[in-house]
Amino acid sequence: MEDLFGKLTLQALPHEWFTIGGAISMTAGGLGAILLLTYLKRWKWLWTEWLTSTDPKKIGVMYITVAVFMLFRGVLDAVLLWLHQVLAGGGQGYLTADHFQQISTAHGVIMVFFVAMGLLFGLMNIIVPLQIGARDLAFPFLNSLGFWLYVAGAILINIFFVFGGEFAATGWLAIAPLSGLEFSPGVGVDYWIWSLQISGLGTLIGGINFIVTILKMRAPGMTLMRMPLFVWTTLCSMILVVSVFPILTMTIILLNLDRLLGMHFFTTGFGGNPMMYTNLIWMWGHPEVYILILPAFGIYSEIVATFSGKRLFGYTTAVVAVVAVTLLSTLVWLHHFFTMGADANVNAFFGIMTMIIAIPTGAQIFNWIATMYKGKIRLTTPMLWFLGFVATFTFGGMAGVMLAIPPIDYQVHNSLFLVAHFHTMAIGGALFGLFAGISYWFPKVFGFKLNEKLGQYAFWCWLVGFFTSFVPLYILGFMGVTRRLDTYDPSTGWQFLFLISLLGAGIIALGIGFQLLQIAVSILKRKENQNTTGDPWDGRTLEWSTSSPPPSYSFAVIPTVDDRDAFWTMKQAGKPISKPIFVDIHAPKNTASGIYISAFALIIGFSLVWHIFWLTVLGFLGVIITVIVRTFNDDTEYTISASEIAKNEEKRGIYG
Amino acid sequence: MVEHKNNDKTFLGFWIYLMTDLIMFAVLFATFAVLRNNTFTGPSGEEIFNLPFVLAETLILLTSSFTCGLAVLAARKGDKKQLYSWLLGTLFLGFAFLFMELSEFQELIHEGYTWTKSAFLSSYFTLIGTHGLHIAVGLFWLIILLIKLSTSEINSSIIRKLTLFSLFWHFLDIVWIFIFSIVYLIA
Ligand code: HEM
Ligand SMILES: [Cu+2]
Repeated sequence: MEDLFGKLTLQALPHEWFTIGGAISMTAGGLGAILLLTYLKRWKWLWTEWLTSTDPKKIGVMYITVAVFMLFRGVLDAVLLWLHQVLAGGGQGYLTADHFQQISTAHGVIMVFFVAMGLLFGLMNIIVPLQIGARDLAFPFLNSLGFWLYVAGAILINIFFVFGGEFAATGWLAIAPLSGLEFSPGVGVDYWIWSLQISGLGTLIGGINFIVTILKMRAPGMTLMRMPLFVWTTLCSMILVVSVFPILTMTIILLNLDRLLGMHFFTTGFGGNPMMYTNLIWMWGHPEVYILILPAFGIYSEIVATFSGKRLFGYTTAVVAVVAVTLLSTLVWLHHFFTMGADANVNAFFGIMTMIIAIPTGAQIFNWIATMYKGKIRLTTPMLWFLGFVATFTFGGMAGVMLAIPPIDYQVHNSLFLVAHFHTMAIGGALFGLFAGISYWFPKVFGFKLNEKLGQYAFWCWLVGFFTSFVPLYILGFMGVTRRLDTYDPSTGWQFLFLISLLGAGIIALGIGFQLLQIAVSILKRKENQNTTGDPWDGRTLEWSTSSPPPSYSFAVIPTVDDRDAFWTMKQAGKPISKPIFVDIHAPKNTASGIYISAFALIIGFSLVWHIFWLTVLGFLGVIITVIVRTFNDDTEYTISASEIAKNEEKRGIYG
Repeated sequence: MVEHKNNDKTFLGFWIYLMTDLIMFAVLFATFAVLRNNTFTGPSGEEIFNLPFVLAETLILLTSSFTCGLAVLAARKGDKKQLYSWLLGTLFLGFAFLFMELSEFQELIHEGYTWTKSAFLSSYFTLIGTHGLHIAVGLFWLIILLIKLSTSEINSSIIRKLTLFSLFWHFLDIVWIFIFSIVYLIA
């Protein structure tokens, strides 16, 4: 028995209140979903219409759905942490120190890898092909595979609730030597390793796919300098992905070799070099924050132009700025560890490089403001998110520039000031952008707008809640409170500020409540907000030229582009659209191979966490066999006939 | 026309993949460079490397790269018989290389110089092992290609697959040249 299940023994199974609670709620939720699907007889529909689909619009929706579930988990973690910190001011919190660190790690990992990245890949899948006038991504099967690897990673990070064990108590980057076997002997770090490794592989595949799509599949006439900014920023972000995710992958492999095979890359003994881990992980880690923020910049650019009714001001400078940020972001990683003994010249170099990055970033803000100047501004929800972002992001950026000055950083490094800085950037920058994008493009995907009023309530709750919870953290940081602090003395007087911060979290939770209500109400009253034209906002770019929701083939005829803001110029020209000649379209068939490969990858990850090596071998065999079967299958496309398309398009009634 | 476009995409995608792989190797080279003097109580590179043996390995791999190139040429000419023989030659040389690499490992382990001994040995085994793993994957790929070839004529799909494989194989060759100079020659 012992050998059969490796380190997975009965003692490892859930036995604390939180794992048992998690196990029960997850099993119950799963059973509930299964029963509901069976009752509604929706299994086949789910399988053929969604899960096995290679249509990027559907894959995008699935990404966003999973990311929203992960957002709930991440927010729950945050509330548990905040509550504990408030109570700790009375002498003691309710979590053990170890458990507090685990939640803290899980929170960070989930928010970055599974919420922000998930929402991002979701939006990119839906919008990038539409904006460049393509029907699909370059490699539809790999797209499906990438999505399912992301799902496998998301499952693996939650699975210990059901199968036992724990999560890493090391912080979200699992810095060595703390994450080595000597100081973290449990399976927590292994869960961290494998969930990141599997989902990271999905990200890497996605990165390659988007670069090739953007470079090779643009509609005729769409030169690089006519691409919408969201496409530009996606391109840059994905170039960063393929440049730095390999570093992450390899670093995690090395950490795993230390833990699994007893090697000495990052150990304290036998000549290992823990500092090397810090360097490697930040060479990935800093560009990663720009991977998240760049596409958000793109989203804001689209929104500002549309709702100001003007072409984006200074398109060329905006592109240059984005490219500059992309290049510079690979040269600043050391600012994350000024305090770790580099000499003063090195620190000065990286400090200055970091401050230089703020220049192109600031330039973008001027682009947006100049676009709004003298525009006919419509204050819709997406626009509110944008304005909220400008305020928060400028604030957080200034905090960042302070941190980039080594002598100041010595004072506030790893304090709550730092925590407040990056939450300002990640929430006020990246997350607001993703929310803005979702409310902007929602009618494209579903054919009706989201309820405006509830959306605005949600925005105000998020904005007010954000400042209420994070301004106290800036102050606490100055008072010397370190990050991930699970106990402090009541006499410090910090409790009151922690309490205000918790209050802010409550306001944010209210905002999330409004968002859920908004979706529910919008679906129920979808007749009222219906949009049949495909162009609800008087948009400027190609995605608004198809119907909403777009047909599976997206464009009946691939558009020809002769200017920036392609759709806007078409509308301005005001030519009646003559009925085109439709031709057959070849589209990729559904495939379940991605699901199988990811399921085997999940098995591989799980078995390596617990050292159940026979299962690892089976998992690898599964992957290899599925890949071989897939490569021997040459029948991966089907044809949509011209007559079918013609019938479909007549219904839109747009042809003069 | 459509096929031409698809080819374009596949090649660009594969190129980018190779670049990502190169970055992973770069990380391994960097760790090796940092750790190569951290021999702790274990042996140093000079003590364990057998240069003539490694030189032989290198020549074998270079030759296999050459035969692989000839295979692509044969395929373009549509000469199936030649194609078979060059591919089988590549396969044979690849296996010989892998075998030599493994026997080198076995020897070290036999003498008690395993990867747990020192950081230097950890990084050495990992760098060489990762390259070996790539070679193994390449050989597996080659076998699948040979199976495919036995059931079909030389067509554009086969040529494309073959060209991708040869890119991969040359890439491994280049990485090995780096390994040879950075790991073995410098020691
Ligand atoms: C104007 C641009 C920015 C500057 C000058 C800047 C500067 C800095 C500096 C110096 C640190 C290290 C502080 C320390 O550890 O003591 C830091 C940490 C961090 N920043 Fe920024 N930053 C900028 C933009 C961003 C953006 C856009 C994001 C995210 C979307 C971000 C996310 C983070 C994160 C996550 C950390 C800390 C991670 C950790 O230690 O766990 N930053 N920033
Ligand atoms: Cu940074």
